[in-house]
Amino acid sequence: MTRDIALVAFAQTDHRRTTDELSEVEMLMPVLHGVLGSTRLKTADIGFTCSGSSDYLAGRAFSFTLALDGVGAWPPISESHVEMDGAWALYEAWTKLLTGDADTALVYSYGKSSPGSVRDVLTRQLDPYYVAPLWPDSVALAALQAQALIDAGETDEPALAAVAARSRADATANSHAQLRGSVPQGDYLVRPLRTGDCPPIGDGAAAVILAAGERARDLCERPAWIRGIDHRTEAHSLGVRDLTDSPSARLAAERAGAFERPVDTAELHAPFTSQEVVLRKALRLDDTVRVNPSGGALAANPMMAAGLIRIGEAAAGIHRGESDRALAHATSGPCLQQNLVAVLEGDPR
Amino acid sequence: MPEVLKAPLAVEFPFTRSLGPVQSAFLTGLRERVVLGVKTVDGRTLVPPVEYDPVTAEEIRDLVPVATTGTVTTWAWNHEPRRGQPLDTPFAWVLVRLDGADTALLHALDAPGPDAVHTGMRVRVRWAEERSGAITDIACFEPYDGDDTEVTVPAGEFENPVTGIVAEARLDYTYSPGRAQSAYIHALADRRTVGERCPSCRKVYVPPRGACPTCGVATAEQVEVGPRGTVTTFCIVNIKAKNLDIEVPYVYAHIALDGADLALHGRIGGIPYDQVRMGLRVEAVWTEGARYPDHYRPTGEPDAEYDAYKELL
Repeated sequence: MTRDIALVAFAQTDHRRTTDELSEVEMLMPVLHGVLGSTRLKTADIGFTCSGSSDYLAGRAFSFTLALDGVGAWPPISESHVEMDGAWALYEAWTKLLTGDADTALVYSYGKSSPGSVRDVLTRQLDPYYVAPLWPDSVALAALQAQALIDAGETDEPALAAVAARSRADATANSHAQLRGSVPQGDYLVRPLRTGDCPPIGDGAAAVILAAGERARDLCERPAWIRGIDHRTEAHSLGVRDLTDSPSARLAAERAGAFERPVDTAELHAPFTSQEVVLRKALRLDDTVRVNPSGGALAANPMMAAGLIRIGEAAAGIHRGESDRALAHATSGPCLQQNLVAVLEGDPR
Repeated sequence: MPEVLKAPLAVEFPFTRSLGPVQSAFLTGLRERVVLGVKTVDGRTLVPPVEYDPVTAEEIRDLVPVATTGTVTTWAWNHEPRRGQPLDTPFAWVLVRLDGADTALLHALDAPGPDAVHTGMRVRVRWAEERSGAITDIACFEPYDGDDTEVTVPAGEFENPVTGIVAEARLDYTYSPGRAQSAYIHALADRRTVGERCPSCRKVYVPPRGACPTCGVATAEQVEVGPRGTVTTFCIVNIKAKNLDIEVPYVYAHIALDGADLALHGRIGGIPYDQVRMGLRVEAVWTEGARYPDHYRPTGEPDAEYDAYKELL
């Protein structure tokens, strides 16, 4: 069975270094109300709700159940949660809509990195036997990948700095971004990565609404149709992988139909400059494609939301009529371990 | 807006993890200064070894010793080591392909500075003085200028194989409860219990969390409730809690404070445990300097009618 499914609404918070004054649900509610308001839907109209978050970020057990308070889950709603970026919650919602069990879905995700030390928190996702006891932080692992790319002649430090500068310059047009404009490339954080090569650490949330078929056209003037979506993972052991390539991103893109026709825009979830180099190659993006007009994860990287935001930004470009066919990518795990690719299209104008 | 509350929060989780046969052999080998790899179905040697073939998912059990010397395949200079990392002086993170292995192992390289490190350089294992059967039995790698490879071959089966590890972990946070809960805690410091009313369904939530879970909208209007309330339901606790100096048995109850539409919970004191009942009228008992009620005690009023609190059960 096939059904046309589209993103019909997208909202995100202003991403900030800290949101001390807000609990997670208080941070989340404005974006939930944003997507419900723009589609004039109520919680009771939503067929399926799916969220992505991680309790480890803020150290709050079962925080996703408290976040549900912001949805209004009474009478009981059909609901699910993934301990991953919201892009994977969107994938689950998409499959739910494909089954025909629901016609609309609310997908949201949020992350508060400010209460903890995200570089250390992320070590807890690593192999607990051989890797986690060494506490290799997220920047260190990305730096190993960056050095491998430099050694392979795929990039160099000036090229990485150019990715950083372009991303933050493009982010000047994005009022939600955390890092905008001219940002110094800075000192090495873990060599060869400088502070400028790394994403800002911050808090934020995002939400989208999916709808199937005619329902999508009722809710949105120009729906962003999901033409394909797929996600693939690689071995968890870094020493088994070729860190200069991303076969999982390439395969996901192929399965999502990304290579069937050129895209005009790509929103890549590349938290580190070096990862954009890997993804451009794996996803065969040439200079004709606008990459990360939002500024991407280098401008705002709320954990668990930044991938969903890539899909939301790509869809919003289609909603506004600025894009006709876009690729959106989300990643999870160290050094682009797992990758999701969605291909979105607007109706012909 | 009142001052944002913050408090340190440490989360510790020492997981005890059992090992599969390959992991057990590898970690036991490290204890005995031997590095073992595992042969894959297509004949490659994986170090560190895994239980299942990464391509075919078949069980793989063919262990082979590899060298304690190897070659750096990529590196990253860490000038500011973080808690828990292998060295507390600046070092290089490295992926090392040990001689005889086809894959690389992540660890630290002790080197004087980034100029002394490059991809392709030769390194060897520096063993930890005390070894227990853990990846940290390799203290780190060190530069190695010999041409040869060093292989330690086990004399036979290891005695007392390692069957598990305790994975210690601690993460430190600065907890901040957000706007609604901060206001609640601030009011408690003045011995007042302040909930928040939902603008849509008009229910008063105590303690407030900032959102009405039924309507999904923000609560804002603050409403003082109590100080008296009604026991809506309760249980008798017979097991002494760790670090809690309260004689058992005691009663833990849901208490609907007057004016609140949600029951909070607290201990009931000042009455024998077997005389506590639904409908009992209670009030908060504060102790000097405390930021929240120590317990609730009977007010002496007649019990509340069931109809008065049945919606709050």
